[in-house]
Amino acid sequence: MSYNRPAFRHPEAQKNDIGYTRKQYEGGISTLCAGCGHDSIVSAIITSFFEMSIPPHHVVKLSGIGCSSKTPAYFLGRSHGFNSVHGRMPSVASGANMANRELIYLGVSGDGDTASIGLGQFAHVVRRNLNMIYIVMNNGCYGLTKGQDSATADKGSKTRKGAPVSFESIDLCELAIQLGAGFVARGFSGDKKQLVPLIKAAISHRGFAFIDVISPCVTFNNAPTSTKSYSWVRDHMEVTNTFDFIPLRQEITTEYPDNTAVPVTLHDGSIIKLFKQEEQHIVTDRKDAIAAIEEARYNELLLTGFLYLNPDSEEFHDINKTVATPLNQLDEKTLCPGNKALAALNESLR
Amino acid sequence: MKPTDIKNPHYFHKVIDCQYACPAHTPVAEYIRLILHKHYTEAYMINWVSNVFPGVLGRVCDRPCEPACRRTRVDEEPVAICRLKRVAADNRDDVLGLLPKAPAQTNGKKIALIGAGPASLTVARDLSILGYEIEIFDDQTKLGGFMRSQVPSFRLPEEILNTEIGYITNLGNITTRTSHYVSDIRDLLAQDYDAVFVGCGAPRGRDLDLPGRAAGDKTIHVGIEWLAGVVWGHVEKIGKKVLVLGGGNTAMDCCRTARRLGGEDVKVIVRSPRAEMKASEWEIEDAVKEDIPIIENHTPREFVIEDGRLVGMLFDKVQPVYDENGRRRLEPTGEEPVFFACDEVLLAIGQQNAFPFIDENSGIEFTERGLPVLDPVTLQSTVERVFFGGDAAFGPANIIIAVEHGHQAAISIDLLCRGKNLHDRPHPQVKLAGQKLGFHDWIYDSHVTEDDRQQVPTVAKAKTLRDRLVEVELGFSQPTSKTEAKRCLNCDVQTVFDYTLCIECDACADICPTNCINFIENDEEAVLREQLIVPARNQSQDLYVSDTLPTGRVMVKDENVCLHCGMCAERCPTSAWEMIKFFYKSAQASQL
Ligand SMILES: Cc1cc2nc3c(=O)[nH]c(=O)nc-3n(C[C@H](O)[C@H](O)[C@H](O)COP(=O)(O)OP(=O)(O)OC[C@H]3O[C@@H](n4cnc5c(N)ncnc54)[C@H](O)[C@@H]3O)c2cc1C
Ligand SMILES: Cc1ncc(C[n+]2csc(CCOP(=O)(O)OP(=O)(O)O)c2C)c(N)n1
Ligand code: SF4
Ligand code: SF4
Ligand code: SF4
Ligand SMILES: [Mg+2]
Repeated sequence: MSYNRPAFRHPEAQKNDIGYTRKQYEGGISTLCAGCGHDSIVSAIITSFFEMSIPPHHVVKLSGIGCSSKTPAYFLGRSHGFNSVHGRMPSVASGANMANRELIYLGVSGDGDTASIGLGQFAHVVRRNLNMIYIVMNNGCYGLTKGQDSATADKGSKTRKGAPVSFESIDLCELAIQLGAGFVARGFSGDKKQLVPLIKAAISHRGFAFIDVISPCVTFNNAPTSTKSYSWVRDHMEVTNTFDFIPLRQEITTEYPDNTAVPVTLHDGSIIKLFKQEEQHIVTDRKDAIAAIEEARYNELLLTGFLYLNPDSEEFHDINKTVATPLNQLDEKTLCPGNKALAALNESLR
Repeated sequence: MKPTDIKNPHYFHKVIDCQYACPAHTPVAEYIRLILHKHYTEAYMINWVSNVFPGVLGRVCDRPCEPACRRTRVDEEPVAICRLKRVAADNRDDVLGLLPKAPAQTNGKKIALIGAGPASLTVARDLSILGYEIEIFDDQTKLGGFMRSQVPSFRLPEEILNTEIGYITNLGNITTRTSHYVSDIRDLLAQDYDAVFVGCGAPRGRDLDLPGRAAGDKTIHVGIEWLAGVVWGHVEKIGKKVLVLGGGNTAMDCCRTARRLGGEDVKVIVRSPRAEMKASEWEIEDAVKEDIPIIENHTPREFVIEDGRLVGMLFDKVQPVYDENGRRRLEPTGEEPVFFACDEVLLAIGQQNAFPFIDENSGIEFTERGLPVLDPVTLQSTVERVFFGGDAAFGPANIIIAVEHGHQAAISIDLLCRGKNLHDRPHPQVKLAGQKLGFHDWIYDSHVTEDDRQQVPTVAKAKTLRDRLVEVELGFSQPTSKTEAKRCLNCDVQTVFDYTLCIECDACADICPTNCINFIENDEEAVLREQLIVPARNQSQDLYVSDTLPTGRVMVKDENVCLHCGMCAERCPTSAWEMIKFFYKSAQASQL
């Protein structure tokens, strides 16, 4: 019986810049169904944080309820975590982020958690441009409660039992762009080559970074007629651009012929090189980005890669002009400046 | 790369590192699992079929399996394979009823065996049960060859050897002629033997011709002759101060035996640095534990004689110097010679082949190095019906190699007697057995423990040093053997991949604790090796490559550090991975 993963790792496993191997980024053993796309996303998250050499204790992972929301238990075991109420992760993330802006906030949610019960919270956390990475593990169903259609299930597509979905679906990427997110991307759990750099770029982005990851539910929603199945996605996947993500500290070693690569510099100095292809839309243009998503949907294609990028957006702390020092590092006097200060504040608002 | 041909038994056999490394290819993992479940008799019989002397080998085998053990690549020490074998031997029930019997009716073919060491005894076992009439000649009074005359009783008690030799001689159709030295092989060739097997070993110990050798002759002994003298009762004691020259296993047996015969100050002196000594690491450790210092980098210069009596030896100090090819030379340091006082000297500086009973005119040809000219596969000499095996074939080696030569020679002799092509050799037997029971349940114990290698308990030093017949090691207790058996990774439970079922969900690659599994674009082997998640730099370990998958990629598994934990098969939604036990049994003349 193996409810435990063996403790041995490859003796030649690479170490990252801070001397850790992947093992230091792992979590507990997954209890999801064998073959669940969510597990692959977990692996991509581990790879991204490992390769970016981020100390696990600098990370806060937050989630709601669902199979997807269970996954923070399976990665970054030595980071901070909060498994909140169904659809309410954005509130908890906002509170935590307000208290300490020095940590990296990674929200993990499901399509039910985000697009059904949590849609209201989602809309507002995007609007506020909270500095976080928000990953939706999108399987088009409520996996944890045995596979009911979710709000992202495409109208007309058929689920396991063969009944077509009767309602319009919500495209979370399109919604995020409309609501002002500065970083919107879509990936597929079965394509880590694309997903890992997307996550890494999201970590480097300052402000709200949203990634919708199509993640097949092998048990309840993997019929070839479902637009969230391994086979459908593989047959209908299209990419906006091919790209390279070059983290801040890494040297640019590849030579790019002139005019083929458009560099987008992120806030922390990392660079995304987007390779121009003919008839491709420009991901730095919001109008164009939404049009591309709509066009792909019309053609029954799944558009993946970077959908929209605006690295210069202002995040919640900038907008609110909040204090830079984490609250737990401020002394009592600064935190509670007393009656006089309160009175002055009240006065200024009159 | 081309998809791996897993139908070829060689592929999965090689994955079972220990079994593959074992000259007789004993199904190690299989018997270790039997020991775990306390099926000692079955475990013993698997060994007996394969290596003929489980009780002996469970104590004194050279254990080529252990350095090969997969566990060494992820953990500090290998599974104590050899010591587990002894557990099977120690705890077995009476196996007499399980042994085969030679048929009452012989097949009319007569085979002569020269020497009664492990090689000849194996030939005798394999062929007698097929109906061959066997005649064994040995110049000693008892059978066993060097297993009896050289390997000391404190490592291998006589009764263990007697029992296992008895299993063979009692099979039937075997006549033993002890105290019978074959002085001319032509005497045998002139008789009606259908084949002659030469298993005479490598019986000559090297001497050391230095000043004082002749004068000190009474107290200077050739190690292997001296050890045989101890066994046969000609030697009962030794002086208090003893120098043992040489760094091999014979030196270790000499010094430890000397400690038991009255040697109080026993030193081993080696020419080379200690790290380059030929003796097995564990034999050196055992000697050191018995207060025997190992003095390295000293080459002997002369035996010092005073008043016609040996009083010590002079040595030159040397240091190792390595040339650009990494070859070592020992260069004098130029220091004054060093004197070590002693009463007696044991020379354990090498062992040589000698065939005084084989005349040039016999037709048996020898190489320049004095070894018989042999077909390396069939062990046939330049005379069609004469075969060689054991130390006599390719120079001094060990028991398990002698046993394997015995098996191969028996196959050759049987083919010869049946008029068949000697190169048309029988195939190994292979059996496959799925291991799946339920969702997380396997027939085998898939859990990978982190326990360290268990230590074998020993008898108190004072007690063993008093009596050379007291065995030092006590063997594992049953509970300890269980802990040790669990350390085995079950390398024979193979990960078998069916590319037609794989949906490329990556679950297996994600869960694999040691990153064996990769889904990547195919390429030639050298390129693939470098492109895996962890580059596959251990060239001795194969890559398992699948056919092309729907996305155009292939599955590439580096066998190197697979823990055989079954996680991949557990996480696979389509059973594209299966855990299948692969039982591999080498061919023998008699398919026991
Ligand atoms: C000191 C010492 C310790 C060893 N310890 C180990 C150990 O721990 N583990 C291990 O695996 N190996 C060990 N070995 C090696 C091992 O003993 C041999 O490799 C092995 O016994 C070889 O087997 P064999 O069948 O070739 O012949 P042997 O065992 O050498 O037997 C050959 C027999 O043939 C007899 N003979 C030779 N010529 C004739 C003739 N013309 N007529 C009749 N009889 C003849 C010899 O007297 C002898 O009895 C040790 C060797 C030595 C010297
Ligand atoms: C307030 C509340 N309402 C309903 C539920 C029941 N419930 C648990 S998980 C879930 C849906 C999860 O779907 P999704 O977020 O897509 O996660 P998945 O399991 O598909 O990954 C629901 C409705 C709940 N736990 N709490
Ligand atoms: S782990 Fe077990 S099966 Fe694998 S090589 Fe070691 S002893 Fe053999
Ligand atoms: S059995 Fe499978 S999961 Fe376990 S180490 Fe081997 S390849 Fe990896
Ligand atoms: S878990 Fe099974 S289906 Fe998934 S990639 Fe591995 S072999 Fe293929
Ligand atoms: Mg869902």
